[in-house]
Amino acid sequence: MSNLLEINGLNIEFPTRRGTVKAARDVTLTVNAGEVLGLVGESGAGKSTIGNAIIDLLERPGRVASGSIIFDGEELRGKNDDEMRSIRGDRIGMIFQDPQTSLNPLMTIGAQLVETIIKSTPKRGQEAEKHAVDLLEQVGITEAVARLKAYPHQFSGGMRQRVVIALALAGDPDLIIADEPTTALDVSIQAQILDLIKNLCRERNLGVIIVTHDIGVIANIADRVAVMYRGEIVETGDVAQILGAPTHAYTRSLISAVPRADAKLERFTSVDYIEGSATDFRRIDIQNHWLGETQNHNHDGPALEVENLNLSFVLKSAVLKRNRRMLKAVNDVSFSVQQGETFGLVGESGSGKSTVARLIAGLYEPDSGNIRVLGKDIGQARKTSESRAARQALQMIFQDPFSSLNARMRVLDIVAEPIRFYKLTENEAQTRKIVSDLLDHVGLGASAALRYPHEFSGGQRQRISIARALASRPRILICDEPTSALDVSVQATILNLLKDLQQELKLTMLFISHDLPVIRQMCDRIAVMRQGEICEIAEVEPFFATPQHDYSKHLLHLMPRMNLLTT
Amino acid sequence: MDALNDKPMTRWERFKDNDIVWSFLGSPGAMIAAVVSTVMILACFFAPLIAPFDPFDPAQISLWDGKLPPAWVEGGQSQYVLGTDNQGRDMLSTILYGGRLSILVGLAAICLGMVMGVILGVIAGYVGGVTDAVIMRLADVQLTIPGILLAILINGIGRAALPLELREEFAIYVVILAIGLTDWPQFARVARGATLVETNKEYVQAARIIGLPSWLVMVRHILPNTLRPILVIATIGLALAIISEATLSFLGQGIPPTTPSLGTLIRVGNEYLFSGLWWITLFPAIALIVLVFSVNLLGDWLRDALNPKLR
Repeated sequence: MSNLLEINGLNIEFPTRRGTVKAARDVTLTVNAGEVLGLVGESGAGKSTIGNAIIDLLERPGRVASGSIIFDGEELRGKNDDEMRSIRGDRIGMIFQDPQTSLNPLMTIGAQLVETIIKSTPKRGQEAEKHAVDLLEQVGITEAVARLKAYPHQFSGGMRQRVVIALALAGDPDLIIADEPTTALDVSIQAQILDLIKNLCRERNLGVIIVTHDIGVIANIADRVAVMYRGEIVETGDVAQILGAPTHAYTRSLISAVPRADAKLERFTSVDYIEGSATDFRRIDIQNHWLGETQNHNHDGPALEVENLNLSFVLKSAVLKRNRRMLKAVNDVSFSVQQGETFGLVGESGSGKSTVARLIAGLYEPDSGNIRVLGKDIGQARKTSESRAARQALQMIFQDPFSSLNARMRVLDIVAEPIRFYKLTENEAQTRKIVSDLLDHVGLGASAALRYPHEFSGGQRQRISIARALASRPRILICDEPTSALDVSVQATILNLLKDLQQELKLTMLFISHDLPVIRQMCDRIAVMRQGEICEIAEVEPFFATPQHDYSKHLLHLMPRMNLLTT
Repeated sequence: MDALNDKPMTRWERFKDNDIVWSFLGSPGAMIAAVVSTVMILACFFAPLIAPFDPFDPAQISLWDGKLPPAWVEGGQSQYVLGTDNQGRDMLSTILYGGRLSILVGLAAICLGMVMGVILGVIAGYVGGVTDAVIMRLADVQLTIPGILLAILINGIGRAALPLELREEFAIYVVILAIGLTDWPQFARVARGATLVETNKEYVQAARIIGLPSWLVMVRHILPNTLRPILVIATIGLALAIISEATLSFLGQGIPPTTPSLGTLIRVGNEYLFSGLWWITLFPAIALIVLVFSVNLLGDWLRDALNPKLR
């Protein structure tokens, strides 16, 4: 049997003013009917580009320079737009990342499905509508007849993605390209969608290409895997072989960078194949270093105490109190963090964990409750000199490395800002010396100081963020999803850096994340949050072994399993 | 990363590397508009050096030479290329001097409107609440009144408040004030919108956690990041301000004829239009149109170049 899709020696180029970027180099791939091929790689590896090249939807100015794409015995390169349009949708279906934007918000689900069916099949009128109902039922939407009249906004994210899959199936295609189909969804829905895709693949004998950055998705769904690194496919093989016994060094380091859910490791190993991590972490003599000068806080109790914290957001304002609608974002939250401890806050999106962090950082004012930093109350009387000192002891690292740095300031000025504001040094030369020391210490090199943030990658920007936080010589570091916007290998290096810094500077950390494996690697104790309340506070290892609260059990159950990862 | 190994770029290299400069060099329309407006603005500013006559020097004006047509028309004299006006002033020189005044008034007015609007807009966006409501409702109220009417009103009040002997002297400042005060709401709106976007970004939160006072956060972090859209409306606003000044002057509410601006010239010429003296009004009008059109084109291009969605 010949292959459904055969890509041979494909080269894709993006001519830019700074020279030609080779997005794909000599890529060779095959997909068979009834098989799921996982195309895995980190951002910028060129995996989406290949998906787009197959259906001739390369973003301008990209172009296929050489190679062949043979689909069902037919060469796709050189076909004109009309021919490609009939192949897209009819023969090759697409599923995109964001179900929010792949559906037209002004058309009912039914109208969108019928439109697609009429375009790609001979069915009309009643028959087309019946086919639409069939499709919705196939993708697991109940009461399909009634749902035809619904608009996309009436559906949840997971349901929408099912509709997108139904749309992709409307033309009865032979091949489906799914570009990060579950990245925008919650974990529990992710598993359902992946199951659906896998079943459809088996039942209809479809070829499926899943483009993803997530090794967990690959482990769940793929039969074969192709690993991409900087435009090249470094390794192709059976999923068990790739995940269990990878041969290429990049695959090995990629897999070792995935946080383990089943055991706590001292640090992530062999992640040396990754950009920006070439510099080793050098210990500094903390007693004689600038960073160590505030080490001697004479405070014995907990570093951070939070008591009965409450905050409500106004959803709908009104003059009369009974007409107001309020959202209890933080409901009677209490916990304390010991000095030198890493305390994790876990919860799904909307659970209020980031709000707690912002309350502690002073970005929001609580409705009621106390916050004590190193024994000093910062809940009230924020503007006293004591609360100023307390605030200096507390710094935060943010989630999005692209918006957390002021694009109009040089790295030097960004990192030096707290030093200059609090006049921590005697003169400018000393400030510059300390900034380059700090940048060097977080693994960036002192030459970074004179550049602007846009010249750095996401992981490097996160290092700048860390340097800025350290510049105030904090005792407590709040990390709000510090790595969830980063590639998994970069995440590993940043988490290693945070661990090193914590040990060296004896920092107290409040670590906020939705990612349980990351929490397990980083934290000593954790609190589980749900709808603004804390469900459970526990030591991390007992928590993963025997969770007490029902919701904790539910969360742990949803955690992606990767039994294939035996390295 | 390779980028970390080479040396940081110098200022000039960074300038050449800039996307705006790149986009400019790739857009012939913008380049023509830039050349035309630069030439016109420079010519107007160096009017005392370039202009063949000084229209304000009575010794150079002779009523005998009044109402002469342009040089290429029968009866024209070669030293008055574009002819002369009713008082015998050389049209080319008068247009250069008048254009200088028009551009100066436009620039000053737009700067006034921009400074006022941006300060109020950033404060409204950052502080929010009642402050925001008061400032923005004030802007809304002002926007319901046509700008030129408001300018006439402010102009009228300004003149009436001045003693008679100072009116002529201060007329220019009153016009600047009138146009500037009508312009601030659009700047306030854009600045507030950009501030709302920037305030939610994490770098602003980081600055607040460091403990910087609000004014420092606004000046150092928010303001520089709101300047792009403001630059765009300032460019387009400059063209509009020049038009506003011309309109005011044309209606007799602006600059007095003794120190003519382009609008005043058009108004004076308008009176002679039906006597066949078309050149007195046509040439200042063409100068005004070309100037406004090229500045506007430049503003349009700038808007596209600075909009990341269109890039």
